[in-house]
Amino acid sequence: MGEPIRSIIILIAVLVGVLAIAAGLIWLERRMLGLWQDRYGPNRAGPFGSLQVAADMIKIFTKEDWIPPFADKPVFVIAPAIIVVTTLLSFAIIPFAPGIEIVNLNIGLLFFLAMSSLSVYSVALAGWASDNKYSLLGGLRAAAQMLGYEVFMGLSLVGVVMLAGSFSLREIVEAQRKVWFVIPQFLGFVIFLIAGLAETRRIPFDLPEAENELVAGYHTEYSGMKFGMFFVGEYIGVTLISALIATLFFGGWLGPLLPPLLWMMIKTFFFICGFILVRASLPRLRYDQLLSFGWKLMLPLSLLNIVVTGAIILAAS
Amino acid sequence: MFSLLKGIWTVLKHSIRKRETVLYPEEKPLRYPRWRGRIILSRDPDGSERCVACYLCAAACPVDCISLQATQDKQGRRYPEFFRINFSRCIFCGFCEEACPTYAIQLTNDFEMGEYYRHNFVYEKEHLLISGPGKYPDYNFYRVAGISIGEKNKGESENEKPPVDIHSLMP
Repeated sequence: MGEPIRSIIILIAVLVGVLAIAAGLIWLERRMLGLWQDRYGPNRAGPFGSLQVAADMIKIFTKEDWIPPFADKPVFVIAPAIIVVTTLLSFAIIPFAPGIEIVNLNIGLLFFLAMSSLSVYSVALAGWASDNKYSLLGGLRAAAQMLGYEVFMGLSLVGVVMLAGSFSLREIVEAQRKVWFVIPQFLGFVIFLIAGLAETRRIPFDLPEAENELVAGYHTEYSGMKFGMFFVGEYIGVTLISALIATLFFGGWLGPLLPPLLWMMIKTFFFICGFILVRASLPRLRYDQLLSFGWKLMLPLSLLNIVVTGAIILAAS
Repeated sequence: MFSLLKGIWTVLKHSIRKRETVLYPEEKPLRYPRWRGRIILSRDPDGSERCVACYLCAAACPVDCISLQATQDKQGRRYPEFFRINFSRCIFCGFCEEACPTYAIQLTNDFEMGEYYRHNFVYEKEHLLISGPGKYPDYNFYRVAGISIGEKNKGESENEKPPVDIHSLMP
């Protein structure tokens, strides 16, 4: 009796919490970008402009939900839902604190990689179903980018898995009691950070929606809440990658004095701000640079990381 | 690679910079005395209208937003019967102020002229005329003009200075 109710409460809390964070990020990102560009950002609605989120919501819900007559209707409607569903599903495996997680999968990390690979279908299908050349270009770019970056994203995590001896995120966190994995796996951390940026399709890897070449890329034809879904998906993705970086490399909920949940939130928040900082400062890459950077530099580096980590583990045992 | 990190660091340093934004309704932007804003018609120090309805402002106006009709009072003094500025056309170039021989038309610091209806932008003489002398507090056109109008000669009307003796060096 107690156990199912407890897991349902956690489930609802995580769902509501993640969606609230994703909505709050709209405001946070605009405020932080403002701070770093010497302006204010939204500061009128509510204290420090925090009710801007509500205003944005009202606006986006009352917009006309337009499906172009030339679009492939069912795919067009399903595409924005896929990104939200897959990123939300990935949150199931994140341990926020001891006992506060939805499932403790023994293949947790693989589940995350699978879900993040599925999310590319959202972008590719949206680009395809829009039947618009810019959307299609955006979708194609997203597909190629994911193909390149998904590979070494997975490989960069192998080092962590070797050190922890498990794919379960809870055990990975427990394995970091002595030292956070960012120290032995610094290269892996950097590679995962870059892959995570590419995964969320944010600047400098926002080639799929490059505003000044492709209008808005894969979501050119979207409006109203369908367009909003892509953004919610993007912000959930940012939260997810930040939470994963905190879990895999920075000890998750581990930390002195403060309660574990708070430590997890502080670390996640820190990396979310890092994502926004990168957006505030870096330009967009050229497309061939992006792909050659992925395949020619990041992939060999992540393989090297695995070899060196494996050799050290072998030598130590 | 290093330059990217340097760029990120430079942006991060901006978090302690002063923000450039002027929070407008609470904090007004700095405007200098020669700012070209809402147009007014000023009066002499003795309280009569300065405008002599010479049409120079209307002629100078590049967008033709000024319209007026000249008329005369009993003394033969010219003044505008109506004076109308269409501020939805006005580009605040200040040519009318430069053209004005009597300092009657002047541009002020006010720029908050928003309206909900377009016809409210048409300002009539009673909206334009202010009770003071504007930027030139001591200037009185008729005291320095020295022109004869109707029943009086140069320097004869009340408050008018006698005409300047151009052959004398004395002030």
